[in-house]
Order: sequence, then structure tokens, then C-alpha cells
Amino acid sequence: MSSKDEPVNLRETLETIRKDALAAIDGAADAESLEKARVRFLGRKGLLSRALSGLRSVPPEERPEAGKVANEVKETLETSIRIRADQLASLADRSEVAPVDLTMPGRRPWRGGVHPVSIVIDEICDIFKELGFTRAAGPEVETDWHNFTALNIPLDHPAADMHDTFYLDEGVLLRTHTSPVQARVMMEHDPPVRILAPGMAFRRDPYDASHAPAFEQVEGLAVDEGIDFIEFRAAIDYFVHRFFGASTRTRFRPSYFPFTEPSAEVDVSCMICEGSGCAVCKRTGWIEIMGSGMVNPAVFEAVGYDPERYTGYAFGMGPARIAMLRYGIPDIRVLYEADVGFLEQFA
Amino acid sequence: MDLSVKWLQSLAPTIEGTAEELAASLSSRAVPVDRVEPVGTGLDDVVVARVLEVRRHPDADRLSLCRVDAGTGEVLDVVCGAPLIDEQGLYPFIPAGGILPGGFRIERRKIRGEISNGMLCSEKELGLGRDSAGIMRLADDHLPGESLPEALGMPDARLEVDLTPNRVDLACHVGVARELAPGGIGDIALPPFGGPEWSPRWKTGRQSASAGHVTVTIEDPERCFRYLAAIVRGVEVGPSPQWLQARLRAAGSQPINNVVDSTNYVLLELNQPLHAFDLARISGREIRVRAARNEAHTTLDGTEHELGPEVSVIADAERPIALAGVMGGADSEVSTETTDLLIECAAFDPRHTRHTALETGLSTEASYRFERGIDESGMETAIQRCVELILATAGGAADEQAIRVGRPVPDPPRISLRPSRVRSVLGLRLSGGQIAALLEPLGFSVEGPRGSTETSGKLTVGVPGWRTDVREEVDLLEEVARRYGYESFPQEDRSFRPSTVPDSPVWRRADRARRFLSASGLLEARSATFASRSRTSGRPARLLKPLSEAEAFLRTDLVPILLGRVEHNWSRGHRDVRLFEIGNVFQAGSGGGEPSGAVLSVVEETRAGVAITGLRAPPHWTGSAGDMEMWDLMGLLEEAADGLGIGDIRPGEPPADSEGLPLGWRPWLGSESLCIFQGDRLVGVAGRVRDEAVDSPVWAAPVYAAEFRLDAVRLAEGRIFRDLPTFPSVSRDLALVLDRKVVAAAVGEAILSAAPATLESVDLFDVYEGEKVEVGQRSLAWRLVFRAPDRTLRDEEVEDAVGSITANLEDRFDARIRSS
Repeated sequence: MSSKDEPVNLRETLETIRKDALAAIDGAADAESLEKARVRFLGRKGLLSRALSGLRSVPPEERPEAGKVANEVKETLETSIRIRADQLASLADRSEVAPVDLTMPGRRPWRGGVHPVSIVIDEICDIFKELGFTRAAGPEVETDWHNFTALNIPLDHPAADMHDTFYLDEGVLLRTHTSPVQARVMMEHDPPVRILAPGMAFRRDPYDASHAPAFEQVEGLAVDEGIDFIEFRAAIDYFVHRFFGASTRTRFRPSYFPFTEPSAEVDVSCMICEGSGCAVCKRTGWIEIMGSGMVNPAVFEAVGYDPERYTGYAFGMGPARIAMLRYGIPDIRVLYEADVGFLEQFA
Repeated sequence: MDLSVKWLQSLAPTIEGTAEELAASLSSRAVPVDRVEPVGTGLDDVVVARVLEVRRHPDADRLSLCRVDAGTGEVLDVVCGAPLIDEQGLYPFIPAGGILPGGFRIERRKIRGEISNGMLCSEKELGLGRDSAGIMRLADDHLPGESLPEALGMPDARLEVDLTPNRVDLACHVGVARELAPGGIGDIALPPFGGPEWSPRWKTGRQSASAGHVTVTIEDPERCFRYLAAIVRGVEVGPSPQWLQARLRAAGSQPINNVVDSTNYVLLELNQPLHAFDLARISGREIRVRAARNEAHTTLDGTEHELGPEVSVIADAERPIALAGVMGGADSEVSTETTDLLIECAAFDPRHTRHTALETGLSTEASYRFERGIDESGMETAIQRCVELILATAGGAADEQAIRVGRPVPDPPRISLRPSRVRSVLGLRLSGGQIAALLEPLGFSVEGPRGSTETSGKLTVGVPGWRTDVREEVDLLEEVARRYGYESFPQEDRSFRPSTVPDSPVWRRADRARRFLSASGLLEARSATFASRSRTSGRPARLLKPLSEAEAFLRTDLVPILLGRVEHNWSRGHRDVRLFEIGNVFQAGSGGGEPSGAVLSVVEETRAGVAITGLRAPPHWTGSAGDMEMWDLMGLLEEAADGLGIGDIRPGEPPADSEGLPLGWRPWLGSESLCIFQGDRLVGVAGRVRDEAVDSPVWAAPVYAAEFRLDAVRLAEGRIFRDLPTFPSVSRDLALVLDRKVVAAAVGEAILSAAPATLESVDLFDVYEGEKVEVGQRSLAWRLVFRAPDRTLRDEEVEDAVGSITANLEDRFDARIRSS
């Protein structure tokens, strides 16, 4: 511990000089300022000389020790000045040769990223959120009641041919669409209901360029009093304009889904050729993006809603297909391989 | 379903426009048209020619020299390569200078020394069919020199319609003509065939009836509703006339002979499947519609079947002669020797037809229609059309008496339609009259008030027999919407009430986890839900009919799937792989009862999984950041613990039992494994992946992985602001030498437990093992930072605190302070 009760003594003075001098030496940007520092601290009339003149006031028995310290300080500073002088000299040399090459690449961290299909799903959900929709979830393993019966699809009916189903057990299957979430939500909540059901769906299709046995779907459902076909069309139009761009046109065509009636297939004008016809839209100028329609009253009856009081609309789309269209991905399989060369493109 | 535009226009001349326009119109009102294909275009230079004489080419065995009359007044020499050419036969011919479809120009030239003045053509060369073996024999009712397109009723166009399951009525030309003709059914007239007319006298019976020594019996009325039979005698079976062949080809059907073509024609015209039996082959002159009795049968495609009682058959006195509603039998098939026919026109039950088709593995034009329901009210017209077409093309005479067995034609369903409902569901204010104007052209009858009906009033709509899909009011709403035109609805925005359903915590948690993990430099994978047995754990759920053994089970864990993805990346030469996935895993088990009575025998859980390997940062010219190691995984988990609140990380293997699905796939967990707990609940596992658990190339770096239950992710932030410090801190470094076995966490806790409230943080900043400490010991260096919220700490306070901390450490761990 320091002897803080003593008056300002020589040793402390020397220490202060050492610190200040070292700082000045290190801070000298060129030979000239280094020389100034040397004169200021080590010169004949420098601070060190002046301090040593106070040696006389030191009690004689302490003088040898103090002298030793003063010498040490002197040596330290002289060495530092020498080293600094060398440094400055070599710096001067180098800076004359070449500046730092700032064309060299910087140091980057790894970039993470969200899967392109997730990007599309999130965007769909964000847009429908503006229309008051929330997201719902349901099991991927379903009963045939939720997957078919509740949605007005009799099991022994040609309509069931549309779904080549993975069964796990009698009456237990991997859902063939995310529509059973509709049934589950309506059985739990009273209208108004405005939900999206993103998630996986499964069909017994082997992998090829446009099919995968497990794929994503986003299902939507709106039920309330007074929802009509006009509102349904307006909602879909709103989504299409927000997602594909304000200049995109929509086309509604009759179609058939057991759980909606009237049913409609929604086409959008081809985003690649803007409607003039290209390979992507098979020269039609239009691309099919979703199946939709007014909820069939049979579905309301199955889940215990009054079909006379409530009406609604439902729609479903495949975000993987939309991602393929949007990013120009020719083969669906690449989406599910997790190749980092692919995923990094969306990071 | 393929449709000929010419055919449609022959049924309803009011159908106008190009094939593309008709396709667009049909798509916008009824069913999508996938493709429009021209048929017989580019045939302007092709004429009908008569081959007068055929000789062998002197220099080539396979070539013939023909003398041809192409109606020009001179006889032309033509070299031809076809194997069989009939003298006096009519064939399509392109004179020299003419152009084939596709642009190939025919020149006058020498072939092996003989002059050829044109070309006799095959179906394929003309783009009319698939047959390229021989040149195309034309029916004899043409004249040399006649333009071929005109002779064949060309050019035509084919519409490829993608029928939806409900609209079976559109599987025929009349059905589509009803949709396309501006006046609907009023515009349609069935053109006569030019042969004798036939108006039968019906011999009718509920179960059985006879005429012309033939008896028809419906043994099981559940399998067959109605059965009409007509007898035509003395026909001459042969090729159909050109117009009939051309029609069938344009509609995608291959011509066979005049009798079969006649049944197919009526099928494609009116949607009624018909079958012609060779009357001579019907044993006992008896037709019985019944269940099969475990008997053998060969269908006319040559396949042998063993028929069980699920299958419905048409049998004669001895054996089945046809699969009811599906396919005729080989034994009773019409051949060139056939002279007398029995024409069947029946209504088979949809369900039984489906079973018959499924059991025999056959799906035919007939079964497609019967499965969906045919128009029972149109059967008499259909059999009449068929008999008249046979008479016109194959000659013979039809018995005046015909058989009709089964139930009477059901009355058309009558459905109430409320204009108020049209308004509430569609948003359209339509009067009864407006609704009737939309529906009546399609064959619906509409009764009720036609004036302006705001809220009261009700229409009664009779459904035509061919609309088997229309049974309820909502079906009529769809008809109204379609006919009104989806594109004609007004564009209006509506207000809406917010949903009563909260945004699902599953997706909110997934959002948070996805954001965190991608911000941590990981790439999101979306991989298969299916796994092989070896990559599952516990009791995996197996698919009843998997696509392959490698995809036979539902995944039970994410890490083994992600390791498969890492291996895939290695196989592509990627050494640095950082993947995460959020998805469901499954276990077989017992679930709760469901409304259908089915028990969900599979349970599932959403998880997040992570697999990382390779460099810690991208390579850089200043030097490599080195490969990731345990501390990188640990850091990621610690960040997740802070950022997502997933729980506490503890070293060690996971306990065998825990709430939720087992975090079970163990082959990857080795000596460096971690658990994540929320209280006593195991929510995750992590660690260095054992080398044996992955198939790694020699250059691969070690893999680290983690998996946690998504429900462990905290939703509520629960953070509270702390005042920023206003007084300076004091830090002290403390290097402790202690037994190697004392874990750092225990030391950290001991420091905290003995420290005053002014200890702001404790961080391990250096670990040393080596020469300077004894064997079995190590040095842990900690930086302690003290701070008081309300004053500057005095040295003494800090010294005191450090003193009591070190005393405690000396006491508990026999720790020694290492002087620096």
C-alpha cells in the first residue's frame, strides 16, 4: 500500500513523470514531436532534471533508494524513445510504399435465413392480418371425420379420389389439406371467425418436379353474419394486389370443392409475362393460385353453426408453388433438400 | 374429356366464335378447358383420290406404283410405300406442289427410277390420328377431287376439358352445348342421321320383360334402376363412314366399327353409356342383371377376372357376359361375323358401379358416368339415337318391340330457392324473373313469383334429369352465380368484425424461434415428415401404405432428420452447414375420442431442431475463425435461454421419462450432452453428435445438435427496465486454484452466495491447467464487478466483500488464491 499520509514526495513525482512521459512518447505521431517530448522530460532543463533537484530534501537515508528510482525512470524513458523512433521511421517508410488496400473483403459473420416457403407463408398471413385474420393451428394427424366428413366429403364418393390419402390406422390419416383446422376452430369458437391455417398437408404423390408427398398449405376461413360473395371476391382481390402487385389482375372461375359452394378457382395474370403468354403460364396468360368459395352450409351443420344465420368464405393455396413461381424455382424437390447453397440464396 | 367444336356447332348452330373463345367462355362459366388443339388444319391441298390400278415397283419390293384419279381429268402415276392398297379405293392425296400439315412440300420426283406425281397419305401424316402403318382408306361415299377437309368436316378443333367431379353432365357434347349456346337448351336439336327412323313400342316390366324372344330380368333392383334393350337384326359390321370416324377422332375416341362407333357416338353426344351384344352369343336369349357368384369372366380387353359378389354383372342363362356399367365381355363382343344385336341402355347404381370398377381394377368411360349418375329421363332418346345410327351406318332392321325393365323415371327433384338467400349469400338483388332467366336455359323449370322479391317469396325449381349434382338450394345458388358470371359481380368493399379466435400461440412461438435462430446465422430447413425406422425412436407411427421403406414412418425427432440433411450437404461438398427446422414429430400412442368414434392413435408435438458443423465464421484472409465446437453450441443455447426463455441448460444425459413426447433419438448423444429443463420438465436435449451417428466424409468437422419443444418458448416478454448506473463500478480479478473436479458453475454460485448485493456481475475469463498449477488442479480466473446504485463504492467495502468471498471459496472448495 502506498504511504498516502506522507507529503508529496519525490517517488510520486517520479512516477507521475514516468506516466506522463510514456504517454507523450507513445502519442508522438512523428519524429519532431518525439524530440519535443524528449527535451521536455529528459532535457537538461527537463522535468526529470528538475525533479532530481528535489533530491536534496529527501532524508539522507532514503537518498540512494530515490536515486535508484530516478535512474530507472530515466532508462525506461530513453528506451521508449528509442523504440518509438524506430517505429516512426518504419511507419514513414511503409506509408510511402502503399496505403491499406481497401479493396480487400471485410470480415463477415455467417448469415442465417428463413426458408423461402416460410417467407411466402408469413407474407400471406401478414396481408390477411390486415383483413382481421388470425392464425390457427391443428394436428397433422387427423381423423377422417375432420378431414373428410366434416367438410362434406363422403368417404365413398368420387370426390375423395381427389385426395390420395396416407392412412395410419382405421379412420386416422395424415391430413390431405389444412382445411380440417376450419372444422376444429368452428367447433371451439363462435363467429365472427376469421382465421388462416398454415401448415403441412400430405398426399400419396411420389416426389417429382411439381409434387411432394408432404407440402405446405395455407387455408383461410371467414364466417359471420352478412358475408357474401361480393365480400369474398373483394378480400381475395385485396390479397392478390398486395401480394402480387397492384397491376395484377384476378379471374374467378367456377370449380368444385365439396366444402364450398359456389366454388371458385382464382387465377392471377401471369407475373412473368404480364398476361401475354409464356412457358410459366402455359401460354394462357393466367396462373392458378387458389381454390376458394362460399362455405357450404353442410359444413356449418357439421360443426354446429346455424347455416341460415351465418355465411362465409374459405380459400386454400400452396405457398410452395407460389414460392416456385415467385423465385423461379423449377423443381419442388429443391425446397425440401435443405441444400445450404439453396437456402443461402434467401438469407 | 375431349370435345369437337364442329360437333358442338352441329347440335346448336348458335354456338359461334373461335375455339379459343369457346374455351374461355366454358372456363368462365362451367369447367376449365386445359387445352385447345386444332384438328385437321393445314389440309387445304389434300384431296380425295381413287386408286385405279396398283403394280409392284420394278426396283423396290416395298414400293407400289399406283395410277391415281384425283378428279383432275388426267391419271397420275404415284409411288407409294404402304403395304396394302385397294384398287378402286379412295384415299387422301396431295398432288405435287402441295404442302403437308407442318409445311413439308410435295414435289414431283423420281423414286428409284419411277416418276411420282404426289403422295397418298396416312392418318398420321395428315395429323388426323396415330396410325402411320398404312394410308388412310376413305369411305366410298366421296368423289375423286373432293377437298379432303370438306369431305371430313374439317378443320375442327378439340377442347380438352378438365371435368370437376360434380359436373358429369358436361362429359358429353349436348351437355356442353347447353352451357355454350346463348339460348341454352332451346338452341339444341339432335341432327338426324339420314337413315330410317325408329319409334319402338315398349314392352315394360318392373322386374322383367320380354320381346322378340329375349327376356331381360333385373334380379337386384339396387344394382340397376332401369334397363332398356333393343334388337337390331341383319347388320353388316364394318368401318364407319368418314364423318363418324372424324367426329370420334376429334373427340379423342378411336373408331372401331360401325356398331361400336354408334354406341360411342351416342355416349359422347348424350352421356348415356350403351353396349351392343352379339345377340347370337347370348345363351338362352336371357339377360339377367345380378351380383356375380364367384365366377370367371374375360372382359373385352382380354383380361380374366374372378368375380366376387361385390361385382355386378350382366349374365345370360349361363354366365356373366359383361361387367355391369363397366365393360363388355369378350365372348359377346360384336365382331365382323355379327348380324344380330342387342343394344343395352341401362341405369346402373353409382355405388355398385364403383365397387365393380374397384374390384376389377377397371375404370372406363361408362363407369365414370355411372359412378356419378346418368340422366334416367334421357335413356329412351339415347337408345333411339343409337339404333338409328346403327341403321344408318350398318344397315339391318330394328325390332319394333323393345324392352324396358325397372322403375319408372323418377320425378325431377323440386327445390325451393329464396331470392332473399340469393341476396344474403351472393350479395345480388335478383327478382324471380331474373333468376328464372338465368336457370331456364340450362333446363331448370322455375315456378313462383317473378316480380321484385325483396325478402319474401320463394321459387320452386325443377331439376333436369342430367343435373344429378343439383339437390339443394345452395346448388342452385351456385348455378345462379355461375350464370350471372363470377366476373360480373359488383366490386365493393365491406367492413368486417374482428375474429374471436386469438392468434395461435403455436405460430407465435414458431415466429419467435424462427427469428431467433435465423438471426443466429442458421438457415431454415423444411424437410420430410417421413423417416426410416433407423432414424426414429420410441414407438414410431407407421404409414399403412408408405411410398418406400425409407419413408415408412412419421418422424419422431428432428435431429436425426437434420443430420440426414447435413449428410446431404456433405455429399454436395458443403462443409459448413448450419440448419434449423421447426416442425412436428409424432409417436404412436393413444389419444382421446373423436366425433367419428375414431381414436387418434398418433400423438404429435411441435419442436425446433438445430444441427451445426464447420467453420464458426466464413473464411477470411486475416485467418480462419476455426471450426465450431461445444462452446459455440453452448453459446447458442445460452442465447436461446435468454432470448426465448427455453429453460436452464444442464450437463448430462436426459432422464428416461418426461412430460410430452420422448426426446428420444439417442444414437447421436455422446459424452458431451446437455439437457434443457424448465423446472423439472425436460424440454430439450443438445450436444456433440457422436461420429458413429452420421456418415461423414474425412474432411467433415464435428457436428453439434439440439432439439427443444416449441412450447418451451416464452411468449410473454416479462422484462422490466433497470435504471442505468450513475455511479462508477469497481472490478477485481480473482484467480482461484482448485481441484479439477470442481465445476465452474458451482464456483460461480459460491461467489454469488457469499457476495453482497453490490456484486453486479461474475464472469469466468480465464481457465488454466498446466505447469504452474499442481496436477489435478486448475485455475479459474473470475472478474467480479461491484457497483452500488446510490454511491461510489469505497475500496474497503470491496476489499471486505472479496475477503468474505475468498474465505467462502477456501472453505468450500479448498481453493487457493493465485497471485498474479
